[in-house]
Order: sequence, then C-alpha cells, then structure tokens
Amino acid sequence: MPVRIQTKDFDAGAEIAVLRRGNLKVGAVASFIGVCRDANDGTAVTKMTLEHYPGMTERALEKIVSEAKRRWDVMDALVIHRVGELKPTDQIVLVVVTGAHRGEAFAACEFIMDYLKTRAPFWKKEETPQGARWVEARISDDEAAQRWEPPKSSAA
Amino acid sequence: MKVKILYLASLREQLGKSGEDVEISPATSTVAGLRTLLMARGGSWQMALAQGKALRVAVNQEMAQPTTPVKPGDEIAFFPPVTGG
Repeated sequence: MPVRIQTKDFDAGAEIAVLRRGNLKVGAVASFIGVCRDANDGTAVTKMTLEHYPGMTERALEKIVSEAKRRWDVMDALVIHRVGELKPTDQIVLVVVTGAHRGEAFAACEFIMDYLKTRAPFWKKEETPQGARWVEARISDDEAAQRWEPPKSSAA
Repeated sequence: MKVKILYLASLREQLGKSGEDVEISPATSTVAGLRTLLMARGGSWQMALAQGKALRVAVNQEMAQPTTPVKPGDEIAFFPPVTGG
C-alpha cells in the first residue's frame, strides 16, 4: 500500500529500506517529514489533534500518488500520515519517492506534499494557552499547489 | 430521495452534528441546492453554510463543485478547507 493513515509513529529509515529493497535501479530517494511545532501564528501550541475523513483520505492520497507517477519518471512512492493526538516534536507525515535520478524524485516528492496540503481531507486542531482552535488554511499552500497546474494553453 | 450528509472538523462543532440522513425533493439536484436547503434551517446552519464562507464539499468522497449533481444514496460531506501535512 503506497498510502497509510495511522495513529502510531513511523520510522523513516525502516520505511525507506522496505521501499527500495532489492531494487537495483534506484539511484535516488527523496523524502519529506512534516513535524509538529510548539508554536503557530505567534501562539504557543501544546498539543494538536488531527482529524480526517476515512475513506476519502485514502482515495485522495492514492490519486495524488498516481498523478505524481504519471507526471515524473519515478519508481515508487509512499505516504504515511498520522491522525489523533500529537505533541510538539512528533512526526506528522512522511513522503518518500524513489527513482533513477534526483531531479524527478525531488519534484514528485514536493508535488505530493503540495497536493496533500490542499486536497487531502485532514484538519488540525491546536491546543493553546488561550484554548483550542482549528488551524486555518493558508493561501500560501494554495499558491504552492497551483504552480504544479498545467500551463494554460495560449491562443497564439 | 434520501442522501447521507457528513459534517467534518470545525463544521461539525458549529452544527453540533456529525451527520444525518436527509430526505430531499428531486428539485434539490445539486450541491448548491442542498447547501441552500440546509441554510434555510436558520441559526447556526445559516451562519456556518453562508455564501462566502470557505467551505468544501465532497460527493461520494470526491471533491465537488456547486454544480455537481446529487443523486439518491449519495454521501455528501461538508467541511472547511483542509489543513493536513
């Protein structure tokens, strides 16, 4: 399964080892780990709870991974996203992409993260000294995802 | 016809409900129509679903548009913009 939603922590090294085991063609492994910080928008964060939409989450992530494989010449991809209660320093998300060369692996990894941030149904609720609050979506995340849109065909 | 509606994250808290089965008339044939129908309940429904509120809708677990058709037995989820990763 290239996509996993789980409450428990993950071991990036072990996951990468499994993903590229025995594949003599792999020349590049690109990975990203998202981590829970102790502050957001100038306010201390003591804890966060990640909620998702079971069923749709898996489908959305599988679609994003398929799209990455269609756009770039990569071999395998893995996405692990945690849900439930997390605290600062905890790992939240892992994306790994393997390929023959780094350029394609880097691009596919970044694409998967940018699309995950704007299209996969996860929501964060933060605990702060002032009480709990839902994290607001950022325009910069939409902009990051938009740069991967295919260029508009120009009427020459 | 009957559809299954889900309310997720902050929307669930605003509405005090995680979901419900709703009987709708064939005239309510799109996502926009369903949203209008729910807003007509007034109070927190009117506020949480008001036009201009950043809201996303999925029909059968695929992101939908206001014009997306709604059919009997569909699962329609209303939720705020996503914030994972």
